[in-house]
Amino acid sequence: MSDNPKIKVATAWLGGCSGCHMSFLDLDERLLDLAKLVEFTASPITDVKEIPEVDVGIVEGAVCNDENEHVLRTMRARCKVLVALGDCALTGNIPALRNQQKLADVLERSYVESESTQAGDVPGAPEVPTLQTKVRPIQEFVKVDAHIPGCPPDADAIWYAVTELLAGRKPEWTPTNMRYD
Amino acid sequence: MTEPSANTITINPVTRIEGHAKITIHLDDAGDVADARFHVVEFRGFEKFCEGRFFAEMPQITARICGICPVSHLLASAKACDAILGVEIPRPAKLLRELFHMGQLTQSHALSFFHLSAPDLLLGFDSDPASRNIMGLIQQHPDIAKRGIRLRKFGQEVIKLTGGRKIHADFTVPGGVNKALTNAERNEMLSGLPEAKDHATFALDLLKKYQESHLEEVEEFACFDSNFLGLVQPDGSLEHYDGRLRFCDTKGNVLQDQIDPANYLDVIAETTEDWSYLKFPFIKSLGYPDGMYRVGPLARLNVVDRISTPRADAELQAWRSQSVPPRRSSFYYHWARLIEIVYALERIEELLRDRDICSADTLVNARPAHEQGIGVMEAPRGTLFHHYWVDEAGRVEKVNLIVATGNNNLAMNRAVKSVAQKYVKSRQLQEGMLNRVEAAIRCYDPCLSCSTHAVGQMPIRVELIDRDGSVLHTLVRDQGTM
Repeated sequence: MSDNPKIKVATAWLGGCSGCHMSFLDLDERLLDLAKLVEFTASPITDVKEIPEVDVGIVEGAVCNDENEHVLRTMRARCKVLVALGDCALTGNIPALRNQQKLADVLERSYVESESTQAGDVPGAPEVPTLQTKVRPIQEFVKVDAHIPGCPPDADAIWYAVTELLAGRKPEWTPTNMRYD
Repeated sequence: MTEPSANTITINPVTRIEGHAKITIHLDDAGDVADARFHVVEFRGFEKFCEGRFFAEMPQITARICGICPVSHLLASAKACDAILGVEIPRPAKLLRELFHMGQLTQSHALSFFHLSAPDLLLGFDSDPASRNIMGLIQQHPDIAKRGIRLRKFGQEVIKLTGGRKIHADFTVPGGVNKALTNAERNEMLSGLPEAKDHATFALDLLKKYQESHLEEVEEFACFDSNFLGLVQPDGSLEHYDGRLRFCDTKGNVLQDQIDPANYLDVIAETTEDWSYLKFPFIKSLGYPDGMYRVGPLARLNVVDRISTPRADAELQAWRSQSVPPRRSSFYYHWARLIEIVYALERIEELLRDRDICSADTLVNARPAHEQGIGVMEAPRGTLFHHYWVDEAGRVEKVNLIVATGNNNLAMNRAVKSVAQKYVKSRQLQEGMLNRVEAAIRCYDPCLSCSTHAVGQMPIRVELIDRDGSVLHTLVRDQGTM
């Protein structure tokens, strides 16, 4: 076993497309280096389902429903540093486009009116989370310590932020490293 | 966590899949599995909030449906936009779009096999859940993990070199594509092909060895009757970018063939269930739920007559010769996915060697000429439908989407029930039993963000509760403790 305890990391995706997690996987061979420094706990790419106490919590996506909010608040309570990964977490981005319409109309279009749908109704059983009226970015709910902008941020941006955080520094975004490609 | 009813086991969230879902397993009075359901718990509403946008924005907006297969949405959307313009795109544009897609097929299938499912196969379904993931694979089988990483990387590089960016590329536009391929980019891809092919062969060999030692599991895993749907070329061969719809039944008989995808509303309908945000498509003529069909790699290889590239076709024919097609076990999705990687790599080479591939003739300019456009293609996970209605200025009035994963909704529900009934013993509940139920879902490699509907994560704590409400057994999946 290594002498230095590994940094514990948890990641979560809320309302979004998971593109930020895919961009994280675009670290490619750098994942091999990261595995030596970091222990991945709860994450969509692992089978640890309950967020434990961790050093760094990384959150992708916006808050669309009550479960998103619950996960976000749990992450905040259990991590020392909370990182907003990508534009949905930061601004609401594409999922927040639905804020222009009434939620009932959005649901009606998808589940009742849609041309391919027959005898449809809006799902509402206890197993499906309750949608919030507006989609909101995560800092409207909890304190965010660092952010990684982009839709999605590319792997180099994620690598820069992760290595800064591992070194105990907050990533700073300048015109040279804040880009989309 | 709250339980919907007394005799229910809940798996939440389902992990190592894309998107947000939970599974509930319903027990009868004897404690045996009576039913199981796969709940998709996210909803975003693209079908409504795209209304009012200019149609040319649709590829960029709908790419954000999914970060794993944005290329599929970029293509289906652009095809719907081409139809609104009423144009045939130039041949080089079509070649580049297909190249872009073959890069995606490679990366998405590599992700599904190596990053998400291989931990079950190589570390074991019952292995420690704390390390049963890609990071655990890196530590225990670094050479295999590295192959998976390199193969996915090659696919992502093809996407980037072709379209300019790995995720959510701004590349496909109404009437074609906005970037030509340079000779240097072409050569860079060609130079990476031999290594990628070696990784694909390695993965297929790995799966063949797994089958030899786990024959019953492979043959029986979530095995059930269903119909199958995929796009085919006019000669019945495998096709992803274009093609026409072919439906086969569970015995492999062709039900409907060479259906113009623009007529999809005549053959497919969908309905809703109260307990999932994902709709349930079915074959219209067979009704709901008898019209259940499967899509994706297994369905495609079950419906086609052949594959146009030699190596993949040889693998297909060898696979078919092992037993009477079609294959019904959900495990064979993994197998079909790897054969499709072989195909994608061969097709990438064919496309790169086409003399038109570096042509700058990639775009036709036109104004909206039609009030509707339908774009259909085979996403990695199955047949994807985009349908837009626009006004005379090109403003979107209505949107209808049937996403790849949605087509498999009835089948995924059947799969979790089948595996739960076989493996879950409620009186001696083990974590590995529940992982097998999740693995049934992983076969389908669902993309739940794609479902335009779908999110939610909660800690997992499974309580087995009897009719009187007393807790018989508690199982917490957390850091490997049980």
